[in-house]
Amino acid sequence: MNEHTVKAFDEDITRLRGLIAEMGGLSELSIHEALDALIRGDEELAAGVIKRDKKIDALEAEVDKLAIRIIALRAPMADDLREVIAALKIAGVVERIGDYSKNIAKRVSDIEDRKKFEPLTLLAAMGEVASEMVHDVLTAYAARDPVLAKEVIATDEKVDAFYNSIFRNVVSYMVENPATISSAAQLLFIARNIERIGDHATNVAEMVHFAATGFYPPDEDS
Amino acid sequence: MDQTGPHTWPSYLLCAATLIVMGIAGVDAWVIAASGLVWIGSIWILTLRPPPPQVAPQQDPFRTDKMSELIEFSGTPILLVDHGRISVANRAARKLLGKHIVGQDMRVAFRHPEAIRLLDKQNGGFTQIVGLVRRRDVWRMNRKVLSDNLSVVELLNQTAEVDIARAHTDFVANASHELRTPLASIIGYVETLQESDTKVAEATKHKFLSTILAEANRLQSLVSDLMSLSRIEAEKHEQPRERVDLKPLIETASRDAAGLERVPRLTFNLAAGLTVLGDQRQLEQLVRNLVDNALKYGGPDGAVNVSLSRTDNDEALISVADQGEGIPAEHIPHLTRRFYRTDPGRSRASGGTGLGLAIVKHIVERHRGRLDIASQQGQGTVVSARIPLVDGKAS
Repeated sequence: MNEHTVKAFDEDITRLRGLIAEMGGLSELSIHEALDALIRGDEELAAGVIKRDKKIDALEAEVDKLAIRIIALRAPMADDLREVIAALKIAGVVERIGDYSKNIAKRVSDIEDRKKFEPLTLLAAMGEVASEMVHDVLTAYAARDPVLAKEVIATDEKVDAFYNSIFRNVVSYMVENPATISSAAQLLFIARNIERIGDHATNVAEMVHFAATGFYPPDEDS
Repeated sequence: MDQTGPHTWPSYLLCAATLIVMGIAGVDAWVIAASGLVWIGSIWILTLRPPPPQVAPQQDPFRTDKMSELIEFSGTPILLVDHGRISVANRAARKLLGKHIVGQDMRVAFRHPEAIRLLDKQNGGFTQIVGLVRRRDVWRMNRKVLSDNLSVVELLNQTAEVDIARAHTDFVANASHELRTPLASIIGYVETLQESDTKVAEATKHKFLSTILAEANRLQSLVSDLMSLSRIEAEKHEQPRERVDLKPLIETASRDAAGLERVPRLTFNLAAGLTVLGDQRQLEQLVRNLVDNALKYGGPDGAVNVSLSRTDNDEALISVADQGEGIPAEHIPHLTRRFYRTDPGRSRASGGTGLGLAIVKHIVERHRGRLDIASQQGQGTVVSARIPLVDGKAS
């Protein structure tokens, strides 16, 4: 990006991007830890994830404030405006990703007898793909890289496929082991949360693409 | 005098002119003389004063351009953070984190919460971060504060060290697992024999005893393998000095490994007169392990060809080829790892310890040689070891 005549504007934008990156880092760690906590049944770790969400929320508020201030005081144009708008929207989405991680963490204590629960391993694999997406999309944002953003969008299919197979798997597991239905139902919600994380990562990727190029990537599956 | 700053002659000129004007105006001569004295005196004092010391242009000890030249070619990623923004990143850092980070907020480059906590601290320090760039990589981040807003961040990759530490614990875990399995069956059978004193039929008893014997033998070979492995590792750095003629050694060692029953499956193709500097017993062990592996995994009646030849690089090439089903390519890089098995069930049934190739690899390395494993699925596996010849340079 070119330097602006008003140096303060540069500083504001840099700070905005920094805040988003910080939010992203926090929510990335939250996904990891939420999944770890889920697999190992570590409730302490889960509590840490739930606590971290507050910080993400606070950062989102800060991003909002700063973005509005930039628009009000500096009246940005063209790619600067896109940058600020994208930042505003991305902050909202990243906050949602943090929320989903928190939801996963909240369900950790509801799952019993996790040693014998086969669908859990599938969930771990799915979570891995989704958190990889979040990681990549944040890198794409930092580098303003539309190509990487497109790759992230393409990965979402994998998460959706995982979701479908986990759904079938869990449902048949419920049929076979009626005693575990309440735990298995929780797994379905968790799978749904991970699937949403993937979708939101896709959203961010679209916004990164928008901020970098000025148009949204063409919808390929429609 | 240039160094005295402003030229002094105009002052004297001005002084003289004023005095003359005063004289023409008819001012008293004494007054003219006095004021002239004061005037000239003061100019004189002014010019005498030593020139103010030359103030060098403010030399900032941390000039960023100088700094960037200094760190540019370092292999470790180093960054300079100025007012929370990355002002300089050396080549390694740009390669690691991407070209875009220069000029960005430091949080754009390091968004890991641990890293941000370190960067926000008043005074520097260090922290270990898992997953800084890619998942599961381990970096140590050092930060040194240079002045109020300027700090240097250095990143050290510790992924390999952590892997080694993990490999050690894995080894201990594997070794104890492997040792415990035969022990468990020995104890189990012995207990059964002890408790049910008369009820066990003579045939069953016999079967139990032979299982115990087999397991005890396995335990023994495991312990001796572990011991030879640690012995070879211990003398890894001293090159063996004995002159060993390979042909007779390979012949006897192969026959030893095959035993009477399997000897007919061996075919030899050995060149004579190749001498290497080596350790007789270790080389025998190397051949024994390779031949035993080939016979074990090369199908029940497959022929095994043992060959010895001289390469163009003055090395002795010992290779053992079987006609078994081959090894899938993804396993080949791991074969020399301790306790690595391509198919746990089968190799345990055939009495392997999982250490054979690890020992071979260490022996070859001690002899300054190279081990190659080539395998074609369905056609067999060729394991070859190259060891430098003793007369390599002389001939």
